[in-house]
Amino acid sequence: MTINGDSAQHVRDAANAIYRAESRRVFATLVRLLGDFDLAEEALHDAFRAALEQWPRDGIPANPRAWLVSAGRFKAIDGIRRHARFDSIEEHIEHVESVIDESATADSEAIEDDRLRLIFTCCHPALAADAQVALTLREVCGLTTEEIAQAFLSTPPTLAQRIVRAKSKIRDARIPYQVPEAHELAERLGSVLRVIYLVFNEGYSASSGQSLTRVDLSGEAIRLGRLLVALLPEPEAIGLLALMLLQESRRAARTSPTGALVLLNEQDRSLWNRDQITEGSALVEQALAGRRAGPYALQAALAAVHANAPSTEATDWDEIVGLYDVLLRVEPSPVVELNRAVAVAMRDGPEAGLAVIDAILDRGDLDDYHLAHAARADLCRRLGRVSQARASYERAIALARQAPERQFLERRLAELAD
Amino acid sequence: MKYLCLVYLDEQNLHSIRDSECKACGDALRQNGHHLAAEALQPIHTATTVRVRNGRMSVTDGPFAETKEQLAGFYLVDARDLNEAIQLAAKIPPARVGSIEVRPVRELSV
Repeated sequence: MTINGDSAQHVRDAANAIYRAESRRVFATLVRLLGDFDLAEEALHDAFRAALEQWPRDGIPANPRAWLVSAGRFKAIDGIRRHARFDSIEEHIEHVESVIDESATADSEAIEDDRLRLIFTCCHPALAADAQVALTLREVCGLTTEEIAQAFLSTPPTLAQRIVRAKSKIRDARIPYQVPEAHELAERLGSVLRVIYLVFNEGYSASSGQSLTRVDLSGEAIRLGRLLVALLPEPEAIGLLALMLLQESRRAARTSPTGALVLLNEQDRSLWNRDQITEGSALVEQALAGRRAGPYALQAALAAVHANAPSTEATDWDEIVGLYDVLLRVEPSPVVELNRAVAVAMRDGPEAGLAVIDAILDRGDLDDYHLAHAARADLCRRLGRVSQARASYERAIALARQAPERQFLERRLAELAD
Repeated sequence: MKYLCLVYLDEQNLHSIRDSECKACGDALRQNGHHLAAEALQPIHTATTVRVRNGRMSVTDGPFAETKEQLAGFYLVDARDLNEAIQLAAKIPPARVGSIEVRPVRELSV
């Protein structure tokens, strides 16, 4: 049967849509079957090329994903056989046989596991932190090297080299393609969550430069978070997804039309995304349902208290201070102490908060952290201690790296009464 | 696959782990079949570095790289993959006070 031009185009469009939806899944399975990232990438492209040739003629198969996996595997075996003539023959024959051996394991459950295997491999702690991020965006999210380079203000050759190095370490040091066993899971999951949150934060607040937010990376991180929760609904994975949604819900209110930073207590709360707040808050409940709440779930709980408060004044500051107390027990950190101090100031007045901040600064822990000095300046301003406020704003401005943050602090400094 | 686990220690920690504990670690590796070789090394003041350049040998005193932590010993282990090698390395006693560098062994392609 021949298909006329119109429907051939229709099939090609459908094939492209299938490719977009399935290519990362198919890739994840091909990595397992072929045992190599580069072979899998090549096989994926060969499989798709074959689909574009055959599907318009024969129709779209009932299970396109399985078709692509199987086509990719056969293309790879062909390729290995061709190379075998030039390379060490035994090694390649052994490889081909191992590929054929595993051909039976392409059922749907194994394929979902493959996506998890891919995530855990890309986020393996034996890879450099920046390589984990680049590899995850490339292999799990399917971003191009150019897109990743642009998002991280890097150059494509630098990014490409980072990815190539990571892939050769996976191959040469034999990092296994597997979901960690139960006793390693907590630690390894921590590494995956760190990568996802890093991607999110890179999108949410660019670490340097003019633009405060980059939508794409935050969106990718939330998509990754959803995928992880679907595959592995651990409380901390749910907590991280909740945290990202609740932070993202404030995006529209976080910057003024001119790109200036707007602090939480000055944001127009009607701009907050209610759908994200509803979803995030429900996920917080779910994440906190377990016996011991982890740091992501607790940070999400804090974000949820803010998200559901009608105004700064009507925020449950007692609850916020209490959550910070728990968070400090789970994960002690001077930055969390600083945030707690600001909450104490909201609950008990600026003087009480200032005492806590000064105690932290006296220890020398946050002396180089611009937000510590900015918070101190703000409390001094509210207490009418103008010269102290000025000194702290100046120190904060000297330490701030982002242009919008610096401009915000400069505005505050200029507004101080003489 | 073979992995070389290199034990690095600060000079002052060289003797902070008892030899009997190190021996027990080697025995345990032998029992579970991961052991290929393991030795403790003399401190770096005993080290000599040899180079041959343009056919001429030069010999210098000291280790190849002078670092705060020095190579104190090694374990050559047989492990399924890097994850297993990392698990084995974590059980090497000096991991608690120094560092263990895990290096996969490259088979010569001949």
